[in-house]
Amino acid sequence: MTETAIEELLIVTLARLIGRVRHVATGASSPIPGAAALLARHRAGPGMTVSVLGSRRHTFFTNGGVELFDCAGQGRLDVFFLGGGQIDGQGNVNLNATGGYPASEVRFPGAFGSAYLYFVVPRVFLFREEHSRRVFVPRVEFVSTPGVSPPEVERRGGPAALITGKCLFLFDRERRRFRLESLHPGVTLEEVRDLTGFDFDCPERVATTPAPDAETLTLLRGAVGRDIAEVYPRFAERVWRISPPKAA
Amino acid sequence: MSVVADLESLAAQVPDGAMVAFPRDPCGAPMAFAKALVRRGARKLHYVGVPSFGMAGDMLIGAGCVATIEAAGGTLGEYGTAPRFAAALRAGTIALKDATCPAIHAALQAGQKGIPFIPLRGLIGSDLVKHRPDWKTIDNPFAAGKDPIVLLPALRPDVAVIHVALADRHGNAWIGRERELLTMAHAARRTLVTAEEIVDRDLLADETMAAGTLPALYVAGVARAERGAAPLGFLDRYAEDGAALADYARRARTADGFAAWLDENVLARRAAA
Repeated sequence: MTETAIEELLIVTLARLIGRVRHVATGASSPIPGAAALLARHRAGPGMTVSVLGSRRHTFFTNGGVELFDCAGQGRLDVFFLGGGQIDGQGNVNLNATGGYPASEVRFPGAFGSAYLYFVVPRVFLFREEHSRRVFVPRVEFVSTPGVSPPEVERRGGPAALITGKCLFLFDRERRRFRLESLHPGVTLEEVRDLTGFDFDCPERVATTPAPDAETLTLLRGAVGRDIAEVYPRFAERVWRISPPKAA
Repeated sequence: MSVVADLESLAAQVPDGAMVAFPRDPCGAPMAFAKALVRRGARKLHYVGVPSFGMAGDMLIGAGCVATIEAAGGTLGEYGTAPRFAAALRAGTIALKDATCPAIHAALQAGQKGIPFIPLRGLIGSDLVKHRPDWKTIDNPFAAGKDPIVLLPALRPDVAVIHVALADRHGNAWIGRERELLTMAHAARRTLVTAEEIVDRDLLADETMAAGTLPALYVAGVARAERGAAPLGFLDRYAEDGAALADYARRARTADGFAAWLDENVLARRAAA
């Protein structure tokens, strides 16, 4: 396995965006963000805390599930991640349902912590590997959590970027729009326009998302892969062929 | 009278129509208890997922035990979406109270304090609020200007159900670092506990265990349930049984598949017992 898998490109790109912060946490169904956070910590060294939801090894919380939200509410969480069944051009996220509500044709898992963390965590990275008009819509059918809020609503957090299987967008909070930052290797602008249901800003020359170097891939396929396998055994098995722990 | 009971009589302590709080999967899924609820034919439960639900909730919905589901989310994790939950929503056979995780935690904290409501940041502009007429938006009365904030009514479940590694014969239950189980138990009117092991010593007498122990005051009954979270994993005691979880996820996609799964994995136990 020498070629970079798309999951690896997403993990490495997210890790670069995270940079070095005090505290980054990941939520439900978030193997790519979880691996990205662990990779970022490997690079940052001591002093950076990662909380992977569902992990026993990579969490320091001793006050139950509420501690993540209390931490975030007090400004002790710098980065979080949200996926989405639908995401629109204003950064609104639908994690609940499409085709009616509450009797829905398609039910997604649910809002989880989004309707709170999106408001209080300074930088929230949106991630969705499937890049299609089904996901990236002009307007979400159900706003689980809004991308932007009126000025009277207390809010210090919100979308910082959106990473997909095709490209990376950064979110411009002033303009309330996404701006294409880079295309993944082999992806064209036309393709992204075709597959995106919302309008976005675009620079004259679009960069290519940098591929990971060999050292990073080794780290990812070794220590980081084994760490994330604790919480996401099927993901680690699929992407890196890391065997899941045996059921006792 | 001892609080130690067998699993089936513990499940019989949950009346039809009760509001029952269950923890999220990583905190110990009371799967054995949920199966016993199915066997006892529980009906019209108001299931509160703290703050979400997994296989236990999906199975109880599929078995017709649940009238209302209140949670911030429901999923089988890496095994996909909760299939009987989705089917019940499509069919309109359950009432839905969608929430966000900290709202469930905060409402239970209000319940544990005995206060009627609690404010929570975020939420404003979310469609969740539109569908929760029991949530109210007010202006922060302490702010100089406009500062909208959402108020949540306290949650006081009739029963909290938890699964722990250790309990003692007095009814003290060791919850370790999963302290949301304490909040659940404090907020609920009574708590039913299943435990991997029931020990003779007093857990509260041991200083290193006491701080991680739910005192018997809150506990109405304890039953031994070895591998009581399976096929989900439990702490460092056992890993999840991936094959069994994948089997459920696949078969529960259809009503017939689920019914056959239930017969084999839940109802057949009664004949064997």
